[in-house]
Amino acid sequence: MKAGSNLEKVLTNGTFAVTGELGPPKGADVSVVERKANLLRGNVDAINVTDNQTAIVRMSSIAVGAILKQMGLEPTMQMVVRDRNRIAIQSDIFGAYALGIRNILCLSGDHQKFGNHPTAKNVFDLDSIQLIQTVKKMRDEHKVLGGDEIEGVPAMFIGAAENPFADPFEYRVIRLAKKVAAGVDFIQTQCIYDMDKFERFMQMVRERGLHQKVHILAGVTPLKSVGMARYMKDKVAGMEVPDEIINRMKSAGKEKAKEEGLNICVEQIKKLRQIEGVHGIHLMAIEWEEKVHEIVERAGLLPRPEAK
Amino acid sequence: MIIAEGKPIKEILAMIEPYDKILVVGCKGCVTVCSAGGEKEVGILSSALRLARQTQGKSLEIKEVTLERQCDTEYLEPMRPYADGYQAILSLACGAGIQFVAEKFRKHPVLPGVDTQFIGVTEEQGVWTERCQACGSCVLDRTGGICPVARCSKSLFNGPCGGSKRGKCEIDPEIDCGWQLIYDRLKELGQLEKLEIVLPIKDWTTSRDGGPRKRVREDLKI
Repeated sequence: MKAGSNLEKVLTNGTFAVTGELGPPKGADVSVVERKANLLRGNVDAINVTDNQTAIVRMSSIAVGAILKQMGLEPTMQMVVRDRNRIAIQSDIFGAYALGIRNILCLSGDHQKFGNHPTAKNVFDLDSIQLIQTVKKMRDEHKVLGGDEIEGVPAMFIGAAENPFADPFEYRVIRLAKKVAAGVDFIQTQCIYDMDKFERFMQMVRERGLHQKVHILAGVTPLKSVGMARYMKDKVAGMEVPDEIINRMKSAGKEKAKEEGLNICVEQIKKLRQIEGVHGIHLMAIEWEEKVHEIVERAGLLPRPEAK
Repeated sequence: MIIAEGKPIKEILAMIEPYDKILVVGCKGCVTVCSAGGEKEVGILSSALRLARQTQGKSLEIKEVTLERQCDTEYLEPMRPYADGYQAILSLACGAGIQFVAEKFRKHPVLPGVDTQFIGVTEEQGVWTERCQACGSCVLDRTGGICPVARCSKSLFNGPCGGSKRGKCEIDPEIDCGWQLIYDRLKELGQLEKLEIVLPIKDWTTSRDGGPRKRVREDLKI
């Protein structure tokens, strides 16, 4: 065991993992965190806490991670390199570990242009792959980047994201290989709607043997409406939604759109389970946490293994 | 070259408000090439300022000068004999030129007539684009001659991020994804294997992060 987190144990045991996601509030209201967290309780093995996603200021991922920990849940702290230099990054990793956080997801971060502070200065002292290297160096070599010995090693289970649908497509697997070389333990992908393209991606992953070196969790997000499907297709960077999905959401009509969205999501999870090299799903029910239980149950993924 | 853009006339009028005798100084270097602060722009701006002040019913005397360069002492000295006759100097050089004028003409308030933007190229007539951020340690040999610091919106060394779509950057469909350009170029060169290497964490001390920079060549010093 590298970190001994619940997520690491589940994946190491070969159990098909389920991770969830929690977007912190745009303020200091703890009850928002508690409400969402309780909806995820018992349905997922670890909960990603986003780090000012889409560059909108929210409660910090470390603070929310600590709250989840107090609630007896397992957080995965997302960390973007947009807002912190290497000094702040390493300091926050020490702090997060001290508060009981054992999983970290290393990300570049959405550009500040998208958020509520587009006039901000960004940092990008490291990139996401270099962040993986940093966390690994701290964990395995017991040193900070500058070379000093660490007093109390932050043994993190290291994750990263991969978007199989961003361009250039042929390069995505090379970039995944770079993340593996940098020392990543698990990967969570961007939400998948284009199953054929994802299968082609996984084929390339297997050809390079990467599926044996890293745990890949396939990202899924249930659609609430045809509008959401179109928004994902047209507005969200690096996202592909095939016409077939859009048509299904459209034919369902307004009344049944949500139900159809859940049906599609459950079908996708069942298909993803069949793909060699997919070791779990990352379920991002954006502002729809109340449906997580139903999705996971219908996909036949309950009960979750007991956290020890 | 250094690319700049003329400041809005309103901003300049506000800056020169207290003065009625000013020097408007252009530069024959980069700002002439990018049509921001050469002889022509000095003429146009001066006419516009005179006209605006006339409308306000306030006098304004302008002397128009365009120097060979504003970033070298020898080209600044010729202003010495007449500069005292003016209350302020409005410089249309890049930020370096403006500051050098301020250093050398200590009695004069020196005002910026342009916003200095970036180090770039003339992509086509009337279009200038950024190429270099002067980070002080070049990696172009490893990235197909395309700079990840200047051309990627996140300055990623191991890009592209997940926001690269159809060759464009997530922040603007008009902006090419720097890493798509790098990928395409390395593919053309048959050097895609270079992308497999994790580029190491950068030492930013050679960039602005090491404080204001200085280069000295002892053999050239007098």
